Amino acid sequence: MGTDTLLHTPLYSLHEESGGKMVPFAGYAMPLQYADGIMAEHRHVREHVGLFDVSHMGQVLLRPRSGDVDDAALALEKLVPADIAALKHGRQRYTQFTNAAGGILDDLMVARLEDGLLLVVNAACKEADIALLQSELVAECVVEPQEDRALLALQGPEAEQVLALFAEDVRKMVFMDVRILDVDGARCVISRSGYTGEDGFEISVSAKDADRVARKLLEQPNVKLIGLGARDSLRLEAGLCLYGADIDTTTTPVEAALEWSIQKSRRNGGKRAGGFPGADIILGQLENGVSRRRVGLRPEGRAPVRHDAPLYADAEFGTRIGKVTSGAFGPTVGGPVAMGYVATDDTQTGHTIFAELRGRPVPSVISALPFVPAHFKR
Amino acid sequence: MTLYFTKEHEWLRVEGETATVGITRHAAEELGELVFIEARPSGTNVKAGEAIAVVESVKAASDIYAPVDGEILESNAALADDPARVSSDPEGEGWIVKFRVANPDQLSGLMDAAAYAAFVG
Repeated sequence: MGTDTLLHTPLYSLHEESGGKMVPFAGYAMPLQYADGIMAEHRHVREHVGLFDVSHMGQVLLRPRSGDVDDAALALEKLVPADIAALKHGRQRYTQFTNAAGGILDDLMVARLEDGLLLVVNAACKEADIALLQSELVAECVVEPQEDRALLALQGPEAEQVLALFAEDVRKMVFMDVRILDVDGARCVISRSGYTGEDGFEISVSAKDADRVARKLLEQPNVKLIGLGARDSLRLEAGLCLYGADIDTTTTPVEAALEWSIQKSRRNGGKRAGGFPGADIILGQLENGVSRRRVGLRPEGRAPVRHDAPLYADAEFGTRIGKVTSGAFGPTVGGPVAMGYVATDDTQTGHTIFAELRGRPVPSVISALPFVPAHFKR
Repeated sequence: MTLYFTKEHEWLRVEGETATVGITRHAAEELGELVFIEARPSGTNVKAGEAIAVVESVKAASDIYAPVDGEILESNAALADDPARVSSDPEGEGWIVKFRVANPDQLSGLMDAAAYAAFVG
């Protein structure tokens, strides 16, 4: 597919001017990297602050027909295993849309605002997500895709000092807080969250203001544009799942080690136990365990072990126990890092298993996630 | 000494029967900073178009192909500790293998520097 048939985000001109190497991604022309390259961009985010265009992601407002956001929250609980009803105004939570088999249709962020719930979903899934919301929540909610809004992510240890130049109140926010604040005259929905393991913000801004706001942020010292390549290596070091690779319709939240995102109230014995697609399977797995789990892996040596590499219990490839779902060289770790699914018996941290790379066994140690300590402001 | 280039963005510096092989500056820029390089063992006989090495960037693995038939004589040991050498000096210290050219007639099918420059535009 040529890049001329692809959708453009409101920052397309900025990417082109900035030397962005544009690639097709979920139907959009998106910057894989800029002139500095993936390694340098990755390190820049860990050490300073980077600006990402993530406007391809879907933003959807669920507006309660009753006017009471509690009603929208209870309605959304029909589709996700998280406790949305307990989500306070100005807070955000991570969850998944599940299917009847307990698989994951998409993963998403849900923020509670004054007039409804703001959802941020994956670009490749957004059409299906919107269709699901419209068919299942029509009685309770008006589903409003925010097609005229861009999404910027400002990530890194210097993110707060940069954004505070425009919106002083961001200093008062902690991880997963959401506020509506003006940035250079543009009304923005700002959450203190991200996909890098660093402190930072995601900034939802109207399409017409996005280019101006992005350029203002880039005028500040140490702010650089960062492409999707570094976004992927940053999130992998942070142990975060990529939909379509680490999680999909064949993996459940429990197999994916995402049970921390299923609050007690939705589990067996809780106030609103179950009630989401695949609840019988997912809640059963919480009680009885699963046969495979997502784990972190540190392959020996320098060669990255990548997506789909088979995993074995032994160097002779006698017993297959799983496969790699994400793998790359971790620039901050200084070596290859990977995640994958492994038979539960082999998931102990420190245990060595073997990845097949070009026909040879690569000893790989089961490692705790994240690979790089998170630096969230709690 | 003659320098040749391939459509797969390799260069060969041929001296007698021996060719030093690497990737072009254009290829190095496209790949980005490399994190790992592994050549096939010395003594391996390969046909033109078969893989002689794999180079890994943060993002992806790419094969390096034999430009002509021959035998791998030696790989650049310095790249094990410093693969970024390929990115910083792809047509010098970042050479990948030394190669015995089995059939020098095949070299006439490759490009010279001017033809390669035109090829990459």
